[in-house]
Amino acid sequence: MLQRFAGIAAAAVAFASVATCVFAQDAERKGIAAPPGHVFKTIISGYEFRSKETRALQDDDLENPGFLAVERAADVWKKVEGAAGKSCMSCHEQAETSMKGVGAAMPKWDDKLQKPVNLEQRINICRTEHMKAEPWKFKSQELTDMTTFVRYQSHGMKVSVKTDGPMSPWFERGKQIYYTRYGQLDLACESCHERNNGKFMRADFLSQGQTNGFPTYRLRDQRLVPLHERFEGCMFDVRAEPFKPLSDEFIALELYVAWRGIGLPVETPSVRN
Amino acid sequence: MRRSLVAAFALCLSAGVACAQEPTKTPIKLDIVNDALPNSLTGAPGNAEAGRKVFLTRTLGNCLACHQVTSLKSEEFHGEFGPSLDGVAGRYTEAQLRLIVADPKRIFTDTVMPAFFKNEGLSRVRPEFVGKSILTAAQVEDVIAFLKTLN
Ligand code: HEC
Ligand code: HEC
Ligand code: HEC
Repeated sequence: MLQRFAGIAAAAVAFASVATCVFAQDAERKGIAAPPGHVFKTIISGYEFRSKETRALQDDDLENPGFLAVERAADVWKKVEGAAGKSCMSCHEQAETSMKGVGAAMPKWDDKLQKPVNLEQRINICRTEHMKAEPWKFKSQELTDMTTFVRYQSHGMKVSVKTDGPMSPWFERGKQIYYTRYGQLDLACESCHERNNGKFMRADFLSQGQTNGFPTYRLRDQRLVPLHERFEGCMFDVRAEPFKPLSDEFIALELYVAWRGIGLPVETPSVRN
Repeated sequence: MRRSLVAAFALCLSAGVACAQEPTKTPIKLDIVNDALPNSLTGAPGNAEAGRKVFLTRTLGNCLACHQVTSLKSEEFHGEFGPSLDGVAGRYTEAQLRLIVADPKRIFTDTVMPAFFKNEGLSRVRPEFVGKSILTAAQVEDVIAFLKTLN
């Protein structure tokens, strides 16, 4: 497996440094038509910006390393934990039916908390309130695995978040964050993912920064990376102090960025470099 | 100006940890004349060879992340955010280039190119960079000397 990745990385580098290929690949990027009033004309998944090798790895269920997480979490789904003596399965039965479409529509409004919650938070609410078990830590293998597993039940379904009603101030807050320049480099999400997507920056093609593939298996890290870790990384790279994972700011941003990818198929577990 | 920066740094060393929270550096003030900075920021000319290094180094200029330069063809990964810098010395005077590098938003409104000699008016800067510009005055002068070789 390791050797395979080294080969893929080398292939990606060789590919990227041939300038003419930059344009050859450009023409092939497929997207979906955006609804009226959207920021993009065509909404394009990050998949389309990656090398042929990386895409092939994502497409092959047997080779895609993200599927190991799906398998691990499928076992945990059935495992009894916590003082209530329950497993996820005790209440939700077969994930294939009960969780279908759930991950495509996150973050979702929570009436009890009076705020939107994302998938990681929802899973932990079930652990603490319904199972009387400890919440899983953000970035722990358990939480990222289960998030991947639940989202995988929406594989191929369209991203469809609600942004009206009580969600609307959160949507506006997320939008404001998206367009604010941060850090010593003074760049906004928009500077890279809106204005410059499709262009080459150092060793990477800039994508639209879509979230339909998360959690995503990163070849660089050789593990699944949850969305808020990617947000943190993008802010860190412009020498900004990132917001905290699962903070109100990142939930608002997650909601807004999900809307920017409305209609894209869920690709979890996707593979990225 | 430069002397006050040096003094601030010395103060930092003796104060130790307290420095991290309290940026002691004074805000950089640029002496702009007709959309340009006529005077060297150090009072002396820069070094083109050192400037080439600053230009290429990821943690310093990282200019190649966004620009292409034919004379640096042997280097990998020329970015596409900004224009090619081939012949840039013929398009701008040294004084204009200095302002473009120090604070490009003064010339190109709303550009994505970072200001390399600016240390305030920024949002959520990571603590280790608070009060600091990306490049020092001497590094800016070195980059200018390198840009002048691109004619
Ligand atoms: C300096 C440029 C830059 C800025 C600013 C930036 N990013 Fe990124 N981002 C990247 C690069 C490079 C990648 C990896 C290649 C790609 O998918 O674009 C990336 C990837 C992503 C991805 C993963 C896309 C995928 O398909 O896996 C998301 C999501 C993302 N960024 C969101 C954001 C958000 C939200 C912000 C603002 C807080 C932001 N980025 C700011 C450069 C940037
Ligand atoms: C004791 C019953 C119970 C257990 C055990 C339980 N849940 Fe839940 N879960 C619920 C209920 C009830 C809801 C509906 C929302 C609410 O009231 O919290 C829910 C909602 C959810 C949702 C959101 C569904 C939607 O339509 O938006 C997800 C995702 C979820 N649970 C995942 C899990 C996972 C993963 C586990 C195991 C770690 C788990 N749940 C364990 C009762 C349970
Ligand atoms: C994040 C990307 C980025 C980085 C990093 C960057 N630039 Fe730029 N630069 C640009 C863009 C974009 C422009 C075009 C101006 C505009 O936005 O209209 C530009 C314009 C310029 C110009 C004017 C070129 C012309 O022909 O008009 C010069 C000179 C320049 N940059 C030098 C540098 C130097 C030197 C560095 C490194 C110290 C650097 N840039 C780093 C993005 C960048």
